Amino acid sequence: MPSKIAQIRLVSSHPQVYPPCDDSYALVDALLADRTKLLEHHPTICMEVGCGSGYVITSLALILGSESQNAYYFATDVNPDATKVTRETLEAHGVNAELLTTNIASGIEKRLSGMVDLMVINPPYVPTPEEEVGDSGISAAWAGGENGRSVIDKILPVADNLLSEKGWLYMLFLAENDPLQICLQMNKRGFGSKIVVQRSTEEETLHVIKFWRDPDIQIEGNEGGSSGKTGPHRGWEFLMSQISRLSFRETRQ
Amino acid sequence: MRLLTHNMLSSNIKGVTNGFPLRIEPQTITQKPVDFNPDFLKNMFSKIDWKALSDASKIMGYADLPEDVPDQTVLESDEFLKKFHHALLEIHLEEGVLVCPETGRKFPVNKGIPNMLLHEDEV
Ligand SMILES: C[S@@+](CC[C@H](N)C(=O)[O-])C[C@H]1O[C@@H](n2cnc3c(N)ncnc32)[C@H](O)[C@@H]1O
Repeated sequence: MPSKIAQIRLVSSHPQVYPPCDDSYALVDALLADRTKLLEHHPTICMEVGCGSGYVITSLALILGSESQNAYYFATDVNPDATKVTRETLEAHGVNAELLTTNIASGIEKRLSGMVDLMVINPPYVPTPEEEVGDSGISAAWAGGENGRSVIDKILPVADNLLSEKGWLYMLFLAENDPLQICLQMNKRGFGSKIVVQRSTEEETLHVIKFWRDPDIQIEGNEGGSSGKTGPHRGWEFLMSQISRLSFRETRQ
Repeated sequence: MRLLTHNMLSSNIKGVTNGFPLRIEPQTITQKPVDFNPDFLKNMFSKIDWKALSDASKIMGYADLPEDVPDQTVLESDEFLKKFHHALLEIHLEEGVLVCPETGRKFPVNKGIPNMLLHEDEV
């Protein structure tokens, strides 16, 4: 069944705001691919960090659509022009989200902790000199610092804090960000992970990875006494089974 | 900005311990009807700081919410839920400021979007 997503001609734009690009499409394609699961998931609170033009959050609201009237959407961006443009894009499509101009989720993180059922993030992921990170203009859209990980590594603990017990995170990475290492790091926080979309263009290889809290994963430093170290667990094996896919990425044009 | 969001926002200035709730100084208020969804409201009830909501709602011109924290049984009442729904989801702050209760720092709200960006010396 074809699903509605944001229409490019209705996406508002601004010279200081990142327009929808291949990475935005990859993230929305991942949401489309998982549409049925997302509908069955019945997220109540959904959130995007770094909403840019609003293409992704608008698409998400359209994908979940009237079947998920129960959902409320929050979107943040560090760039004030981006949240403004996102508002226009949402309105042009007749959908709604609560917008916030802030660094990641600062100001809302404390009280919204543990309440977000679905997060979608297309972060600034391009490796750049560290000095380029931290602006709130258009360069914030891509400037990712060393290995493109500066902002990503700040977002991940915030996502962990915000996500509910049943929370899911869909996040986009570049191969240079070392997504496998990110999955291992999230595994230590108790998250299972899975590649939903993998795509190579001439310039870059993108992955959209889904994370969820896996109760079978033992969180480090939280061993709970009795048995100490457990054997390999499901989340880990699952992740390992994907490594081969990851390492073949270069040849899968 | 809906009062739902206001209820989730606190001052993020470094060192502030008592940053909730932000005081609203409204300039423009709008109302937008949304579908009534009792399940969502029942779900949210325990997460909402009631006093912050009823105070904010009053400042925004809607004084029909009980001031004291109602107990769970009110969730059986449609009349209560409709008021809760209206206050939480249908009243929007379009223009105004949010004031940090501890420092008096003002966070502007323009086009319905609060700006919580901090200056370097506040992070
Ligand atoms: C790659 S763009 C993605 C934009 C949009 N979501 C899309 O997919 O088309 C990254 C976005 O993250 C925002 N951003 C960068 N650093 C941020 C931070 N610390 N907090 C919030 N947003 C941030 C940028 O301003 C930019 O809009």
